[in-house]
Order: sequence, then C-alpha cells, then structure tokens
Amino acid sequence: MCPEETRFSARCLVRLTVNGQSHELEVEPRVTLLDLLRERLQLTGAKKGCNRGECGACTVLLDGRRVNACLVLAASAEGCAVTTVEGLAQDGRLHPVQQAFIEHDAFQCGFCTSGQIMSALACITEGHTGSNAEIREWMSGNLCRCAAYPQIAEAVAAAARDMSASEAA
Amino acid sequence: MKTSGDPITRLDGPAKTTGAARYAGDQALPGQLHAVLVPSTIPAGRVTGIDARAALATPGVVRVLTASDMTRVHPDLDKITCPPLATRFLPMQGDQVLYEGQPVAIVLAERLEPAEAAAAAIRVCYQRDAFTPPETAPAEPPDPAKGDYSKSSAVTFQKGDAAAAIAAAPVRLAARYTQPSRHANPMEPSAILAAWEGDRLTVYDAVQHLPAVQGALAAVFGLGADKVRVVSPHTGGGFGAKAFIWPHEILTAMAARVVGRPVKLALSRQHMHAMVGPQPQMTHDLELGARPDGRLAGLTHATANITSVTDDYVEFGAIPSRAFYACDNITTDHRVRRGHVTLPTFMRSPWDGPGSWALGSAMDELARRLGVDPLDLRLANHADTDPESGQPWSSKKLREAYEEGARRFGWRERPRGGTRDGHWRIGCGMADCSQGQARFHSTARVRLAAEGAAVVESSFCDIGTGPATVFAQVAAEALGLDPRQVTVRSGDTDLPYSGPTYGSGTTLSTGAAVQRAAERVRGRLAALAGWAPEETTMREGRITRANESRTIQEVLGAAGLPELSSDGAFDLPGGAPVDMGEAGAPARTFGAIFVEVGVDPELGLLRLRRAVGAYSAGRILNPRTARSQMIGGIIWGWGMAAMEASHYEPKLGRWLSKDLAGVAIPVNADIPPEIEVAFVEEFDARSGPLGAKGIGELGATGVAAAVANAVYDAIGIRVRDLPITPDKLLAA
Ligand code: FES
Ligand code: FES
Repeated sequence: MCPEETRFSARCLVRLTVNGQSHELEVEPRVTLLDLLRERLQLTGAKKGCNRGECGACTVLLDGRRVNACLVLAASAEGCAVTTVEGLAQDGRLHPVQQAFIEHDAFQCGFCTSGQIMSALACITEGHTGSNAEIREWMSGNLCRCAAYPQIAEAVAAAARDMSASEAA
Repeated sequence: MKTSGDPITRLDGPAKTTGAARYAGDQALPGQLHAVLVPSTIPAGRVTGIDARAALATPGVVRVLTASDMTRVHPDLDKITCPPLATRFLPMQGDQVLYEGQPVAIVLAERLEPAEAAAAAIRVCYQRDAFTPPETAPAEPPDPAKGDYSKSSAVTFQKGDAAAAIAAAPVRLAARYTQPSRHANPMEPSAILAAWEGDRLTVYDAVQHLPAVQGALAAVFGLGADKVRVVSPHTGGGFGAKAFIWPHEILTAMAARVVGRPVKLALSRQHMHAMVGPQPQMTHDLELGARPDGRLAGLTHATANITSVTDDYVEFGAIPSRAFYACDNITTDHRVRRGHVTLPTFMRSPWDGPGSWALGSAMDELARRLGVDPLDLRLANHADTDPESGQPWSSKKLREAYEEGARRFGWRERPRGGTRDGHWRIGCGMADCSQGQARFHSTARVRLAAEGAAVVESSFCDIGTGPATVFAQVAAEALGLDPRQVTVRSGDTDLPYSGPTYGSGTTLSTGAAVQRAAERVRGRLAALAGWAPEETTMREGRITRANESRTIQEVLGAAGLPELSSDGAFDLPGGAPVDMGEAGAPARTFGAIFVEVGVDPELGLLRLRRAVGAYSAGRILNPRTARSQMIGGIIWGWGMAAMEASHYEPKLGRWLSKDLAGVAIPVNADIPPEIEVAFVEEFDARSGPLGAKGIGELGATGVAAAVANAVYDAIGIRVRDLPITPDKLLAA
C-alpha cells in the first residue's frame, strides 16, 4: 500500500448539525460534504451533477451561506450547521421558496431543483433580488439543462416578496 | 368538468421541491458496491496488460474487473435492433479499443472514495493503432449492415429534377452550413444500480424508455423479459442521452452478476462524455433555385455527419428540405464520416433541429437576394400538403401561427436592422420550427376506488415533461374527478407497457392509452348502474344520467366491488411499435420563432433580447407545463446558436473538454424574461384521440437559424458555422 493511500484512509471525527439534527461521524479526510450527505446520511436531495463546482446541483447552506457541497471537505465542516433542501419544509408546510417554484413552474426534471432552491434562498437573504437582472446574475451558478431559467427568476422574485411581506407582518 | 387543458401546477411539485423525488443515483441497496470505470486513454488500439495491484491493495476495494472477468453476451442480443440498443459494440468483451474513454476495467469498492482512488491507480498498457479523426474522414453512404439507424428514414430522396430546376431558376443560392458536435449534458449524469436475486435482475436506472432497457438486458443474459425489472421513477433530464441502452448499463448488470452483489455506477461528467454519444458534427450543402415571386423551383440538401467506426448513426438533417416547403423538385442525401469516437446519438431536437438551422438560414439568404420579407417568402412557399408524399397533413395551422407570432413580436413594425441601442446593434430574425411526430404503442391501467380516488398505472418515465400531471388530468377528465384525486404510478416495468419518452410522442401515445382505460372504467361503472355509457356523465364523484345521479361509492357498493379497473391501449396499425403518423396523414408540428438580438460589433458579443414562438402543435393539455417546455426548447436552441460546441481534438483523438466549464451552456444570466410562447387552437384528431401532438422538441427547432438571421440583420455578417461566437463576429 502506498503511503498516500494510508493518509487518505485515515479517519477523522466530524461533528456537525444537518437540518437541526446533530451528527458525529467518522470519515476519511477526502470525503466531500456532498458524499457525506448522500452516501452516509442518505440525504439525497443535494445532487451530483459535476462533482467539481460547475453546476450548483449540490448547493446547500453551510452556516447560512450557500456552498457547492462537492467542493467542501466534510472534515472542514466540523462544528458547522448544514441546511439541505430536506430541511426547508416545516411540519409538512412548504417553504415560500418551494411554493414559489411550484407556482411558477420553475423546474421540469427536478434534478437541479434542490440546488436552485437552496441557492434561491441564499440569493434572497443576501439581498440580491433587486431586479430581474440581479436575480439572474446571482442565480447563474446553478445550471438548469431543462432551461427553466425565466420561471426560476420569477419564482425567486415572488418568494422574495413573500418572505419580506411575512417578515413585515 | 374540464380538466385537460387547465394550467394546473405539477403534481410532482412537492416531491421535486423537497428532495423527496428519487433518481437512479439516489437509490441504495444493502451490500451494494460502488463501481468506477477505468477509461482508455487512447482512441484506437488494444489493451495489452492491466496492472491492478495498487488498486487491489487499496482498503475498501473488492474487485477489479477486466475483459476476461466479464460474461459474454448471449446471442439473443443480436435480435435486438440498434436502436434501442445504442451500439452493437460492447467494451470489455475483448481487448479492442475503438474510442478514447472506452472502459477497459471496472473497480468495485465498498465506498465511492476508494473506488475512485483505485481507478486512478490502475496502470493500463496499450498497443496503439493509427486513429481516424472523424471530422476529416471521407463522407460515405451509410452501410445498412452497421446498425439500424440508417433505416429510420430515407437516406436518399428524389422528387422531380432538382439540379435542372435550380440551373434554370432565375434566382439561385448555394451554401454550406456547419455545426459542431454537442453533448446533451443532462444535469443528471447517467447512473444505474443493478441487483441480482438468483436469475432475476432489478435495475434502478436513468432512462427514457424502461421496457427497452428491460428487453435489452434480458437479451444480454438470455433471460425472459419477465426476469428483468427496471425501476426509474424520475430521470434527471434525458434530451436523447438516455433514450437508448448504452454499454455502461450492460456492464454494470454484468459486474453485479460476476460479484454476486448489487453494483451502483454513477457516471462522472467526464465518463459521461465517453459512454454516451453527442449530436454529431455535421455539414449541410444546400442549393436553392427560386422564381422571381419567391416560389421554390428546386431544392437540394446533402448532409454528412460524423459517426463511430462501429455503427453508422445517421443524423437525417435533410428531412426539413423535403417537409417544410412546397417544391416540385427536391433531392436529399445523407452521408457519414467514420472515425474513432463514441457513437453519436439522437439529441433534442434530432433531424429537424440541425436541418432547420441550415434550411432556415438558406431561406433567409434567399429572401435577401429576392428582396422580400423572410416571412413573406415562407408564406409564398407554404406546404399545404406534405411535399415528400403529396399527402394531406394530419393537421396544420402554420399560417395562423405565423400571424400570431408576427403580431405578438411586432414583426411587420420591427426596427430597421442595425438600429443602435448604446453599444448594441439590434437585429431581428425569424425561422420555421417543425418536428416530425412519432407515435408509440402504449398501454395503461386505470383503477377507480369507491371513495372516488383513481390510480393511473403505466411504465412511462418522467424526464421532466410533466406526464404524471398531464395523465392525471386526462384520467380526471374522463372520470369527472379533480386531478388531485388521481395518483399516477409510473417508472416501473411491473406496470403496463408504455412507449418511450422521446420522439415527442409520450403525451399523444400513453395519454391516449390512459384516456381509453379511463373511458372503459366509466363504461363499466355505467353498466353497473344499469345505464348506457354514452348517456352518462361523471362529475364530482357521481355518475349521472338525465336527472338520475348516483355516487361512485353507491354503484360499487351495490355491486359489492372495492374498485373498478380497466386496461387501455393505444395501438398502431399493423401492431407496429412506432410510426410517424396515420397512413395517408403524415404528422408534424409546426410554428415560427421570432428573435431580437443585440450585437456589439467591437467586442463581438451577441445577446438575446427577446423571442416569440408561435406554434401549431395540436391540442395543449396543460398550458403551464407546455409553456415551460417551449421556453426550455427556445433556450436549448439559443445554446445551439450562440454557445455550445464539443470539439474533437484531432491530435489526441479525444474530446477537448469533458465538463461544464470548458463547454458553455446557457445560464440564467443569458436568458431575458421576454420570451413569449403562443399556441394556436387546434385539435389533431388524425394523430390520436386526444387531439394532441408532441412539443418536446419543436421549441428547439428553427432557433439557431432565427438567431443567425437576426445577426445578419444587425451587422450584415452571415455566420454559416455554429455556434455564433465572438471570434466569428470579429473576424468577418
Ligand atoms: S455537483 Fe457540485 S457544483 Fe456540480
Ligand atoms: S429542472 Fe431539469 S435541470 Fe433544471
């Protein structure tokens, strides 16, 4: 066995919360956050479209910020709070972003959708929804080959209005 | 109650927005092994040795399979045509290498990470052979012995004497249009999980037609089809890339059999480029001759597309020239250039997509030469009947679509080409959209329970086109229910046989089977009530005749039945699995796309400013999902026009970029909100009982031509080679 292999197969302990639930896992240092979610925790909402930061299908929130989970090593998420698409609906009630995606028909095959929704949520909380052009710019890290782009931009704008209205109320 | 035709939201919306929808790569089975392919690094030659020692020493690695470990395919596979088998050439049945990326070994490990690391540690020795870059290979007629693709349409077609008619025509045009290879790049790379229980195989797979995978895998192992089950509830986009059975599906099922454990293979984006073919690079040579009034006197269209050395995939790109315009003298021809490359394949929108680019550009050039509006040139050449067969269309409302599109776009009042908006020069262009209509044999079952809930069952797959929603609407309409009372079960070969989700034929075909099954259920319910079915209507859980009315529950209760179930079929003449419309009534969808672009001539930038698509595509069952599909098609066409190209590197014999960074595809910022879609009222009774036709591919046709025509309008530069990138706008 080459020494490199030994190094990779060493284990480290990761403690993190995912959708509010805490986990303590032993992982190899080379395991990505995306593979940890999908293969270890069976949270398969985040998708692997490229595994190298090109498509956004794996987008999750890491301590509230959107990241490509395929580019994050699980070990580096030690102590972090991760939110995935599975963690958005509360008591069976869809999150306003999820609702807006359905209303505006902002998906077809649905494979990019988990990533789009997580990215949309971050785009709104970052305050990047000032105009259609701004939304499109800040949602361009999430590819959609079904090309639901105009509907995605509409859904983000609608969800932003919804969320600021309910905040004001 | 009218529920077909309503713009209801997708019934799978909650599943797809919460992460609950499971795709092939999301499936997991106890004891499964992760597979990673070891791709060949040369495009042609033989494998002479494989050193897997380091790989096997990697903790977690269970096996490294090479050609000698794999079972040989059963002769039954010879009986499966190609397509639906994607290619006759199956890697790892011997030592031959015929394209770069071809798998030469498979690593199986308990976890993904060691499988990936071990695959990288395998050393393969090759004997290299000379290879042929396909794009510069000679163009030759397709060989009918090299797969069955060349039999899907007429390779050559002749009507009248095109050469003589063109020579005698007062206005002539001859031009070559070219387009690069393009990979479908669905967001979901292909994935499959295969598990054996004795001699029964179950696969969870990313597909566009479950029964085809079932039949092919059964043949590979010489099993009855009933021994193979394919499960595929959701596919993460297909666009043709998952239409046929590619080698990785067969190899994964073989690997699972060899090791006696479930095996899961999720292709990387890079391996996807090797394992699944692209739309091929191709050239179109067109000649047009016209009378002074614009009417076409003669038309010739000859294409040549690249293909592999193993099978002849023919991209029938000249079909539009025998289908779009009225003309007495037409010649078309298709050739192939064979080289060492993964076999190309159907991609949205096959045949008509490439062909409409070339023909739509040539018609614009002809209009300029004649000094007539490009829309008027189309009107002058409107094909009232099918130019190829002379037969009447099943239905066609293209004139209405032209009018609606032109009105919405403001075509007749458009700004003069080259009008400035800051740095941008504005141009407008239009082109015809049209796609041949396939129909597929399909069956479905509808079950109606006493409490008024219905279930639709059929083995169709959901690739995003919304069948689960539309078929619930169809069943709901027949049974007088709310679509939300209809559950759709699909994506499993244990359910009644459905045709594929390609060829724009699912709605028309499987939808008709659902409708028949639902109507039968209604008929049986009426009979139980003692009424003639045609005298009854159903509404809100009740069946009614004249002023008598009973609930479903009452009728079933009195009969002592928990539910009623009926099967329905959409059968094609002669028991055919597929046709291109009723005999004597060729079926097509039609439309026109109008675009406005901005060109920055100093930087060579090209931007889409707005688009209007107006279509004649039969009855639209759900305007909301239909609109999305057309917008998706238009954007797909924009990618073809302005961005997408996969280049074959002729020195290395491989794709230059195998990712989503080196090959540009449209992103949200590229697409303005001003994309308008309109359908003309139409009911195509001759294509099927629903009156509907397919729309999945129509939207992507014509767009590249409309964009090229708009670019010419803006800056007077005619780009005949896709995509229209800044270098071409600056070099001219
Ligand atoms: S899978 Fe992470 S960006 Fe594509
Ligand atoms: S919905 Fe299919 S890729 Fe976005």
